[in-house]
Amino acid sequence: MINKIVQSMADAMAGIKDGSTVLIGGFGAVGQPDQLIEGLIEQGATDLTCVANNAGTGRVGLARLMELGRVRKIICSFPRSAGSVVFEELYRQGKLELEIVPQGTMAERMRAAGAGVPAFFTATSVGTILANGKEQRDFNGRTYVMEHALKADVALVEAWEGDRWGNLTYRSSGRNFNPVMAMAADMTIAQVSHIRELGEIVPENVHTPGIFVKRVLHIDRGPAWA
Amino acid sequence: MTGFDRKQMAARVAEDIPEGWFVNLGIGIPTMIANYVPLEREVILHSENGILGMGPAPAPDKVDPWLVNAGKQAVTLRPGGSYFHHADSFAMIRGGHIDLCVLGAFEVAANGDIANWATSENDSAPAVGGAMDLGAGAKRLWVVMEHTTKDGGHKIVERCSYPLTTPGAVSRVYTNLGVLDVVQGKGFVVRDLAPGVTLEQMQAASGAPLHTN
Repeated sequence: MINKIVQSMADAMAGIKDGSTVLIGGFGAVGQPDQLIEGLIEQGATDLTCVANNAGTGRVGLARLMELGRVRKIICSFPRSAGSVVFEELYRQGKLELEIVPQGTMAERMRAAGAGVPAFFTATSVGTILANGKEQRDFNGRTYVMEHALKADVALVEAWEGDRWGNLTYRSSGRNFNPVMAMAADMTIAQVSHIRELGEIVPENVHTPGIFVKRVLHIDRGPAWA
Repeated sequence: MTGFDRKQMAARVAEDIPEGWFVNLGIGIPTMIANYVPLEREVILHSENGILGMGPAPAPDKVDPWLVNAGKQAVTLRPGGSYFHHADSFAMIRGGHIDLCVLGAFEVAANGDIANWATSENDSAPAVGGAMDLGAGAKRLWVVMEHTTKDGGHKIVERCSYPLTTPGAVSRVYTNLGVLDVVQGKGFVVRDLAPGVTLEQMQAASGAPLHTN
């Protein structure tokens, strides 16, 4: 019997190695797998490259992971936001490498990785400093810049429902980066608010098919997120 | 000289958005534009975090923590709206499916260049978000911003001095002083002056020549 549901955070985090590239879902706080990030802090892997839209706020979650010196590099579209104090401190002190990527390019680089596309061309960033040093080509009279797929060792995603085959659904705008990140990593770990029986999620409504998911952990996020 | 306040600037942009357009609104004054599109004029708002058919802010007791806009503020979904993931959301933008994007800016140049994401090549902590995708991908890019900086510096310029977001993308600018079209090969063309503002005053506040039709 296939059973991707794990019973503990330790089981969910088992085997994440030092030096891993880790995708972290969410857009701000929404769809962000807060408990899995705490689990990664506890688990201990270090020298990480983290990919997330934002670089954490306050001194919890991703910000805490960075403050503990466990993150070598972040790949982000919008690292600086209200409350991103840890990012700003570490970046200013030169203790954190930053790769800034336009948001759509970041999503597409992960989609490409999941789809086996090694690189692609986009008009985004042409004529800006973010295209410096990148190959450019003209197609149909317009200039495009080449961007490489962004593949990862681990993805931490937050979903609404999950079953033992790893099928997932997301809640409203909590979907955001989670499905593309789930596609792009060798090991996708999902925290889900609700565990469902096989077949209970209507097949037409599965957002991430279980083929992209390795582990599912039930996390009760409490009444505020119910 | 009176000119528009921020709400009036947002309302002025809203006047020019026809029914049926798919529209992405940036953070700041652009977000306020939604408040001035009458509900019976069906304009479909896109938010890059995966929403089409975004509605106004909810009543305080109706906030859904799962439903936010690109500025991470609580919003609602109108009947007919939908959710999707980030790659699909940016396929809508980069694939040329969004009719209009309205952004704020530090500078707009006479050749349509926009600078709105970093104030130097060595920004202390740069953040680009979806601005470059929207600039390159939306069918039209309009800017709404104050005509000058707080200390009177030019934001309507001959060439941008800050790092570009997208070259040659802006086709119209709404400011507190009026409305300008950006015409390739010509530059800024005055379309409308805010109440109480003269062409001479607008020119004095601009770092590039203004043309009239």
